Amino acid sequence: MDFIFQTWSWYISGFLIAIIMLTLNFFGKTFGMSSNLQTLCTMVGADRFSDYFRINWKSNRWNLAVVLGAMLGGFVAVHFMSVPTNVSINPKTIEQLAKMGIEAPNGKLLPKALFGNAVFQSPKMIVILVIGGILIGFGSRYASGCTSGHAIAGMSNLQIQSLKAVIGFFIGGLVMSHFILPLIF
Amino acid sequence: MKLLKYIIVGFVFGIVLTKSEAVSWYRIYEMFQFQSFHMYGIIMVAIATGVIGLQIIKRIQLKNIKGEPIVVPDKENGSLRFWVGGIIFGLGWALVGSCPGPIFILLGAGFLPMLLVLFGALIGTFLYGLLKDKLIH
Repeated sequence: MDFIFQTWSWYISGFLIAIIMLTLNFFGKTFGMSSNLQTLCTMVGADRFSDYFRINWKSNRWNLAVVLGAMLGGFVAVHFMSVPTNVSINPKTIEQLAKMGIEAPNGKLLPKALFGNAVFQSPKMIVILVIGGILIGFGSRYASGCTSGHAIAGMSNLQIQSLKAVIGFFIGGLVMSHFILPLIF
Repeated sequence: MKLLKYIIVGFVFGIVLTKSEAVSWYRIYEMFQFQSFHMYGIIMVAIATGVIGLQIIKRIQLKNIKGEPIVVPDKENGSLRFWVGGIIFGLGWALVGSCPGPIFILLGAGFLPMLLVLFGALIGTFLYGLLKDKLIH
């Protein structure tokens, strides 16, 4: 049983993610997480400002149920299925991060430098996290999909539009990771 | 409890993404630095399995639980929106190391600063809704 506490291999994980997508297809739905952002905006009254939010959010309740389940899954996996040997990333990566003042994972999923509760006291970090969120929200809705909707569901369905989006994801990601992150940290 | 099955699917999704560490900022950084195969492996196996799965579904004409044929809708037309939207999304993905699914998963796991990211993501979505008709798609 020890294997469930270790980092799950890429081939098991990738396979299971596709099974999740296919299960939703079997339920008559399409896998995609970022559309929940649109639904949540509608629920808090954004429909007063734009047609984009004039949707029947109740028809997307199933996807909010997926989100709720995912949150529970994250809670269980982090609190009951993790060991300190997790997140054993490349030593070269750790060395690079140290130069930017970001600590090694030591079993943690997220660096304290970005996601420790101390960031609430740092205006710089608050701005960085909110801007990151804005880029994710705006970008995924403009591209009408994120990693789940385009990289997994769209690519599995051989959509050329999804290929464009995924190439875009990597262009943006490489620029951020190689050129902008070193300026921030 | 029509929604229960979706909660269960989400639950498995949350566990898989956490245990594969696809929700980890470190893994995303490592991926964009080309210092590990892990994330590329996950994405490629997921796509390969998905392509094969959907082809099998088409061949055997599998019906969904409502008894209707399983049809995965095509993506919207357009080109610029996928390039520009994709690049903007990628910038955010590499900065905070999480996409929309992991934002929720990590919030559930108790990482409170993710609230700031979710707040930003809702603002970004709202801005898109306001600007939608002025943008080229």
